[in-house]
Amino acid sequence: MVLSSADKNNVKIIFSKIGGHAEDYGGEALERMFVTYPQTKTYFPHFDLGKGSAQVKAHGKKVAAALVEAANNIDDIAGALSKLSDLHAQKLRVDPVNFKLLGQCFLVVVASHNPAALTPEVHASLDKFLCAVGTVLTAKYR
Amino acid sequence: MVHWSAEEKQLISSIWGKVNVEECGAEALARLLIVYPWTQRFFSSFGNLSSPTAITGNPKVRAHGKKVLTSFGDAIKNLDNIKGTYSKLSELHCEKLHVDPENFRLLGDILVIVLASHFGRDFSPACQFAWQKLVGVVAHALARRYH
Repeated sequence: MVLSSADKNNVKIIFSKIGGHAEDYGGEALERMFVTYPQTKTYFPHFDLGKGSAQVKAHGKKVAAALVEAANNIDDIAGALSKLSDLHAQKLRVDPVNFKLLGQCFLVVVASHNPAALTPEVHASLDKFLCAVGTVLTAKYR
Repeated sequence: MVHWSAEEKQLISSIWGKVNVEECGAEALARLLIVYPWTQRFFSSFGNLSSPTAITGNPKVRAHGKKVLTSFGDAIKNLDNIKGTYSKLSELHCEKLHVDPENFRLLGDILVIVLASHFGRDFSPACQFAWQKLVGVVAHALARRYH
């Protein structure tokens, strides 16, 4: 699966529309993921996962920052996220299936806050982008 | 039999009560065909699917989307027997239509995103949970009679 230049453009546009809200979106996506897919909580036994958790908000900011970094370096996502890829492979070892779940929740957040911006074409591009990020983060697993 | 809490039932029906089945159905199916283009393989008789614009405006896509989402309504009316509700449709999708059940999961995820875009804040995390559960149960029921 390859990101076309139209895809890359769509991703840049949607992220610029999201702008400074990216951090909040990250937190909301995590919150939705923990509620919608409770099995994902197993990776965070050390977190307070209650509503409004400061730890979830902070972690959401980190996740969003990584997505923004990937979007800003969309021609070389593997390079941009290389360290994160190492981290996930060696330390975190989050099962690959979970990246799809977080991706779904991120799309839901974007859809609920920016319905007009998430046209079918942009939706397709963003979905591909999120898949690409997941692929990079799990690339060194074995 | 799937257990639905009173809260889940309420979250499902309160959203469903405000859904324009024709619009949402058309949009969900169009997005499925656009976001996951390989799903177009089942619709070679639908005419022009050559671009997102063509797909979105295609009257057969719209009509079929409405049909599919109307069928969801049957599940919602029969939450306590979704398996039974979809028994014949499951056989049909296996024996006549030859649809890989993975496609039901893809459509379910797309439907959730469409609902989120229509309902915004009202599509709370708890709402998303109930609806993801519902689309998962529907997908499972549709796959159940496969052989």
